[in-house]
Amino acid sequence: MILNKWLANTGKYCMFLGRTFSLPERWGVFGQRFVAEVSKLGVDSIPLVIIISLFIGAVIAIQMQLNMSSPLMPAYTVGLATRDIVLLEFSNSILCLILAGKVGSNIASEIGTMRVTEQIDALEIMGVNSCNYLVLPKILAFLFFMPILVIFCMGTAFIGGLLVAIFTDLISVARYTYGLQALFQEWYVWYGLIKSFFFAFIIASVASYFGYYVKGGALEVGKASTDSVVTSSILILLFDVILTKLLLQ
Amino acid sequence: MIEVVDISKSFDGKQILKNVSARFETGKTNLIIGQSGSGKTVLMKSVVGLLRPDSGQILYDGRDTLRMDAKQIKALRQEIGMLFQGSALFDSETVLGNVMFPLVMFGSMSREEMKERAMFCIERVNLVGAENKYPSEISGGMQKRVAIARAIALNPKYLFCDEPNSGLDPKTSIVIDELLSDITHEYNITTVINTHDMNSVLGIGENIVFLNKGHREWVGDKKKIFTTANEALNEFVFATRLFQEVKDHIVASARPMD
Repeated sequence: MILNKWLANTGKYCMFLGRTFSLPERWGVFGQRFVAEVSKLGVDSIPLVIIISLFIGAVIAIQMQLNMSSPLMPAYTVGLATRDIVLLEFSNSILCLILAGKVGSNIASEIGTMRVTEQIDALEIMGVNSCNYLVLPKILAFLFFMPILVIFCMGTAFIGGLLVAIFTDLISVARYTYGLQALFQEWYVWYGLIKSFFFAFIIASVASYFGYYVKGGALEVGKASTDSVVTSSILILLFDVILTKLLLQ
Repeated sequence: MIEVVDISKSFDGKQILKNVSARFETGKTNLIIGQSGSGKTVLMKSVVGLLRPDSGQILYDGRDTLRMDAKQIKALRQEIGMLFQGSALFDSETVLGNVMFPLVMFGSMSREEMKERAMFCIERVNLVGAENKYPSEISGGMQKRVAIARAIALNPKYLFCDEPNSGLDPKTSIVIDELLSDITHEYNITTVINTHDMNSVLGIGENIVFLNKGHREWVGDKKKIFTTANEALNEFVFATRLFQEVKDHIVASARPMD
């Protein structure tokens, strides 16, 4: 029963993506919607990304210092560990779990409301491919802007750690900045960016799918929004394991 | 003209439409009436293509929509305008943006010509001055008029209206009815209106299809409705004392409706 439901939903999701990834009716209209979505889903997320990254970066640096105060470890370990945690996991997986809440619920509730107020039916009656018109700009805009958010996140988290070094006596600025640069592997940055690309697709497409197939009213829109966040989060964690295995081994 | 031939539709084994046939004529306001649950909305959604009937034929001027390919359906949909119960205006667009939308998506005009055409439609529904407002800033009646303007922007051959008067006061309902009737006659389009509103039935019902429990029970016009012997129709239309008194008065004075 559960397997049947899962298979049916997966098939429906694939067909939904099939309708979404077709050529836009009007490239000019698509371009305008793409820019609007970049602003709404991407640029508007920058403040949240900065705040979270700054604080988490600071917390990681403090915890590293408190838990690694061993004479056997080099003093730059705090900077190095902060950097690797941020590059490998925080700037992509954890950030995307947070964005699944902000961006995913926004997409699901917007499209869900359009469904229950018959705006999607209105598009279909006019002969517009509603999946393509509504969803494609969202997915592409979020994919386009995600690397920028990830880079913002990395930079701000490092600054958060640096602020700890500047304003506390836990670690010196020189040792922290040396640690940030020590044994640096460029691949870790690419690894984070590649993972975030997959996660951005999951967030935007899953949220759109849940919103698009809402039936009912306001209650169901709220439920679809919650379901989209839960499903996206599970898929992000699942793909995190798969991609880590594939990309780091 | 739209012809519906023997269409049936079931949901989860429950038959909602049972071999319904009807003819919606060009240049007339065609009304589908019936109690809640009688199948009106399912019939309209089947005719416009939002639902696929289990059997039967739907002919738009002889073209069978159920045998059309995706390209032909897309072309047909550009000949259709629809007014939804809740107006279904795009919240993120202004009144002008909403009316221009079908022109932008499917029109082949320049931006200036599109704006000119949209303003003509806005003027036609008496909304000049509201073109820069958003749907949330205007009343329900104005939203309905914007939806009518959007529906006629591409000069449709067929206009569908699902409960156009729901949630409106009687005076605004009359304005909407008159507007729909005027547009139908002015542009000679096939208008199909799904309604419960007895004022609409008696005001603009040029061709009325009465559905009862999924069957087409009666077909006629607003004049014939006063003299019909159909029990289910009489119970439905003259359910209120006011309408019963109106009927008694008209029948007694043998004065047909204008």
